[in-house]
Amino acid sequence: MSLLDIRNLSLSIHGAPILHEVSLTLARGDILGVIGESGSGKSMTAFATMQLLPEGAVPEGEVLLDGVDILSRSEREMCQIRGRDIGMVFQEPMTALNPLKTIGDQVAETVLLHEKVSRGVAQERAAEALTRAELPPEKFPMSRYPHELSGGQRQRVVIAMAIALRPKLLIADEPTTALDVTTQAQILTLLKKLVKEDGMAMMMITHDLAVVADMADHIAIMQKGRVVEEGPTAQIFRQMQHPYSKALLAASTHAPERSDESQEDPLLEVRQVRRTYTLPAKKLFGARRQIEAVKGVSFTLKRGESLGLVGESGCGKSTLTRAILGLEEVQSGEILLDGEPVFTGHKPNDVVRRKMQVVFQDPYGSFNPRHKVARLVAEPFHLTPDVPRAEREDRIAEALTAVGLTPGDAHKYIHEFSGGQRQRIAIARALITRPELILLDEAVSALDVQVRAQILDLLADLSKRYGLSYLFISHDLSVVRTITDRVMVMKSGEIVEEGPTEQVFDTPAHSYTQALVAAAPRLPDDVAA
Amino acid sequence: MSLAEETSTTAMALKNRNLLLGGALTAVFLGAALLSFLWVPYDVTQLDIANKIKGPSAAHWLGTDHYGRDILAMIMVGARTSIAVAVVAVGIGMLAGVPLGLWAAARRGSLLDEVIMRGNDLVFAFPSLVIAVMITAAFGPSATNAIIAIGIFNIPVFARITRSGALTLWSRDFILAARVAGKGSARISFEHILPNVLNLLIVQGTIQFSLGILAEAGLSYVGLGAQPPIPSWGRMLADSQTFISFAPHMALFPGLAILLTVLGLNLMGDGLRDLFDPKLRRGRT
Repeated sequence: MSLLDIRNLSLSIHGAPILHEVSLTLARGDILGVIGESGSGKSMTAFATMQLLPEGAVPEGEVLLDGVDILSRSEREMCQIRGRDIGMVFQEPMTALNPLKTIGDQVAETVLLHEKVSRGVAQERAAEALTRAELPPEKFPMSRYPHELSGGQRQRVVIAMAIALRPKLLIADEPTTALDVTTQAQILTLLKKLVKEDGMAMMMITHDLAVVADMADHIAIMQKGRVVEEGPTAQIFRQMQHPYSKALLAASTHAPERSDESQEDPLLEVRQVRRTYTLPAKKLFGARRQIEAVKGVSFTLKRGESLGLVGESGCGKSTLTRAILGLEEVQSGEILLDGEPVFTGHKPNDVVRRKMQVVFQDPYGSFNPRHKVARLVAEPFHLTPDVPRAEREDRIAEALTAVGLTPGDAHKYIHEFSGGQRQRIAIARALITRPELILLDEAVSALDVQVRAQILDLLADLSKRYGLSYLFISHDLSVVRTITDRVMVMKSGEIVEEGPTEQVFDTPAHSYTQALVAAAPRLPDDVAA
Repeated sequence: MSLAEETSTTAMALKNRNLLLGGALTAVFLGAALLSFLWVPYDVTQLDIANKIKGPSAAHWLGTDHYGRDILAMIMVGARTSIAVAVVAVGIGMLAGVPLGLWAAARRGSLLDEVIMRGNDLVFAFPSLVIAVMITAAFGPSATNAIIAIGIFNIPVFARITRSGALTLWSRDFILAARVAGKGSARISFEHILPNVLNLLIVQGTIQFSLGILAEAGLSYVGLGAQPPIPSWGRMLADSQTFISFAPHMALFPGLAILLTVLGLNLMGDGLRDLFDPKLRRGRT
């Protein structure tokens, strides 16, 4: 008998249908990958399983955990089941932990909630759980606070909390989305190991097919609240039936059509750039510590080229980006755009800066919510005061059309657009001054795969039409691979490897690049796309 | 604002009982003040000793005071004083405090930030009413001096709230985008930061408004606020003190006016806070 049996689960919130007759089964010791884009209902399915539904939600159907119908349990009974029978790992390890409690106390709390044991015993159990999550108390004392740990380590604490009572079912909602590639690989290996050791069942929710490809036993693909395809992983990848699944797979391996248009003359030259930050002194009148974020980086981006800059969080790529954009002055070195320095004296040079623009990662945080699209898109005109007012309107319409929106969208507010549309607006804003270089700072990382594929196509097309050069900054190797001609790998403030994209990914020379490439989740080679 | 957004905001406002009750009380108080310009039941400067200290009657709905003046009329005209003092005091606080807060946030972490905020702490450290008493004692009691005294103590309140709201905004990507567009910090502060902290300021403004009314009543009570013959709720209370045992209505009605107005403004502030709170509205923007 299967451990979790979801039968014809339908759900509506305030009358709006969210799930339609979702049926899933999950056996002990198995991993079920639930895949879908945002709004597909994958997280709601998980929340229904824990009865953690938002206000106004009306579930129908059955959710059987070990033969017990979850939906008919009272809140009091659910409190017993949650944490003891079902553990949960969340996406964001930064917010899933209480910053005011030590990690030992947080894990012990789960034990104390469900079992009548003394504080000492609970601490012992917590130590055991942390050890199993590969955070042994000998190396990471339980008296540490979450802020003293890295993102990956915090996620291990969250996992320790979830498995402390050896639950029958573990639900992991995008457990590695917020983590770097190498950390992601470690966390995935850990989860797989724990499932095997405990004979636990795991429901793994993700938007990334590649993540579940080599760990899930079964895969369910969801679209708009329905399970459109379900089956054993190998079978799913080899004989995909449903058009949506096929589209999803095609989008995750999508490579936009593009040709190397790079010319020989340099557009952006970065020479021996150094940027150090002074940290506040720990004691009054104590010595101030210095952190070197960028340690003498040099590179050249050629006109028409698409150059990738890959590195994990904290490697200095954001600092470098800000320096190139002229937002922060560097201590030494030069940044030249089209032969002219971005900084003259201590002021950023606006004549140079108008030749480059930027697109940020977060489509929700990149716009002032109180302005209309026309005003948002027109913001960079500040750099080009010579563009007459009459022409601006036409340019706004042109930019919106270029990114696949309509000129009429200029009069809407930003909250009327989806994430993908917002990213198009961000690109329109970058195009408005007709720049030569666009910095794409994780510009597609927050998007669903299909939307991401569309945006990548758009970028490739725009580069061809306007002769744009891109500096593509990302931690996501697969994206960088499809859209760049050349790639640089950055680690601890230095560029450790540089070369043509194919060459760097196929035959990485530096040990760090090798580790990055090896850690990247991959779809099976024999997929029938 | 789209139609959908607008209707849902209105719908949320209508569901918010604090906001409705507070808004109604505030409206009554504002209405009374406005009406007093056009019509009052009796002239408040006209003494009518024959009818002094009369309880509520058909002629004088809320009774008369020890000079025979109509209490309803005095409360209506007194509302003008309260509003004038509170509006100007909140205005002084906002006009000086908001730019200071924006400036400190734009130069966050710098010496200037420290100077502005520690200066605010300094003002905060003094008990505001005592200083108001000091100022009026030094420069003579008048409504103007009361307004200035109360206004100065509103500055750090608005500076702090503006700075804290602005600080979180400065780390957002859309501010970064504006900087990439070459905009300076002053321009960003007024174009991007200010509109996004406005709701915080409106809520705080409502609360400070009620505190301003209380402060004016307090100063007038001790004789340092609006001077006779201008009616003021605080002085009406002070005047009623001697007669409280046999004419409680003289204290009751101005007291109720202060209580209900301050209550209304506070409820409205709470209601507005709920309405604007991004935590309650998350997922909608």
